[in-house]
Amino acid sequence: MPLSLIQSLGRRGVSFFTALGRALLMLLHSLVGKPNFRRHFPIFVEQLYATGVQSVMIIIVSGLFIGMVLGLQGYNVLVQFKAEASLGPLVSLSILRELGPVVAALLFAGRAGSALTAEIGLMKATEQLSSLEMMAVDPLRRVISPRFWAGFVSLPLLTFMFSLVGIFGGKMVGVDWLGIDEGTFWTGTQAAVEFYQDIVQGMVKSVLFAFIVCWVALFNGYSCLPTAAGISRATTDTVVHSSLLVLGFDFVLTALMFN
Amino acid sequence: MKFNWLEFTVGCFLAAGIAAAVILALKVAGLTMTGGSADYYTVYGNFSNIGSLKVRSPIKLGGVVVGSVAAIRIDPRTLRPVVTMKIDRTYNELGSDTTFSVLTSGLLGEQYLGIKPDFASMDDDGNPSYLKDGDTTNFTESAIVLEELLGKFLYSLSSGKDSAQ
Repeated sequence: MPLSLIQSLGRRGVSFFTALGRALLMLLHSLVGKPNFRRHFPIFVEQLYATGVQSVMIIIVSGLFIGMVLGLQGYNVLVQFKAEASLGPLVSLSILRELGPVVAALLFAGRAGSALTAEIGLMKATEQLSSLEMMAVDPLRRVISPRFWAGFVSLPLLTFMFSLVGIFGGKMVGVDWLGIDEGTFWTGTQAAVEFYQDIVQGMVKSVLFAFIVCWVALFNGYSCLPTAAGISRATTDTVVHSSLLVLGFDFVLTALMFN
Repeated sequence: MKFNWLEFTVGCFLAAGIAAAVILALKVAGLTMTGGSADYYTVYGNFSNIGSLKVRSPIKLGGVVVGSVAAIRIDPRTLRPVVTMKIDRTYNELGSDTTFSVLTSGLLGEQYLGIKPDFASMDDDGNPSYLKDGDTTNFTESAIVLEELLGKFLYSLSSGKDSAQ
């Protein structure tokens, strides 16, 4: 009994590091090499549409509501201390530093990451990837690489939109409904928000999250069991793993950047 | 050219993302395109204590923001803080005896620099004199530090008791 326990532990350890190595090799093979812009650019644009454009709606609507909720809750607390003037800094700093990059990445993992995994998993199950190889087309360069770059470009742009809409949502609640002076709101915001400290570092986070989400989604799709159950398992794994990784790395980055 | 819906929406998406970044930088972070040197003039103020004044803290004249703190450093010779103040060129008729004081907005609010204008500033020939770009002023009032205030209060209490005995 104890021997088999140790055996299964070792098997899990080996399979974990094998998966990690396979994931890194997949990424290297799909990204490193001579780019073929003429052939791959149309696929890139197509994927930009699928991952970026089609995620705009969910990002904007959730950004608006998160900003509005922050404005409302912040106002209710701050008004007790007669510090409503700090609502602008509260809303904009929390959105730019944390909520924008993190929530956008989580939504992106659910909306676009799961779709990527399912699509590539089904390609694998129906042996489309093998057929590409039969035709001497590298599926990593033809299928994985454009999807990776499209997601990598989309998420930071979506995060900009999320942050902007969120701050305006907070402004709408605070200024237009609850009657904080508009000048106070923007002056406080502009005094508190530093371009490099807050906006650029928020974007650094977002770029890293885009890398994580795309990598996890593509690898799970590429390495899934080519069955119906395998695809469903891989899709779930994508959402769970990328969400956990995003939240974990968010803490690490915050500790590195804002201490 | 044939209209391509997919490419059109992707183009709109990219433009919207970049526009959002620009609006964030300009409206929320308050970056300005001009660089600012043309629209502001700089005055240096020697303070003895600036409290929790920060770079980019507002400078207010009668409650209206007319400029901001550009830099704060310590003069290595006098060991006192020197505040570099950028004031909007529209308000270039501040008398040279104008007082700058570190004030607090509200009870717990941020600290800012308040300007008390002096309308009777004259130079040696009796002409009105104004603060110019690059001037250094010593007409400053420092921040009120709560501990010092309490210390003075307690000291005055105890000394009052001593004299009564």
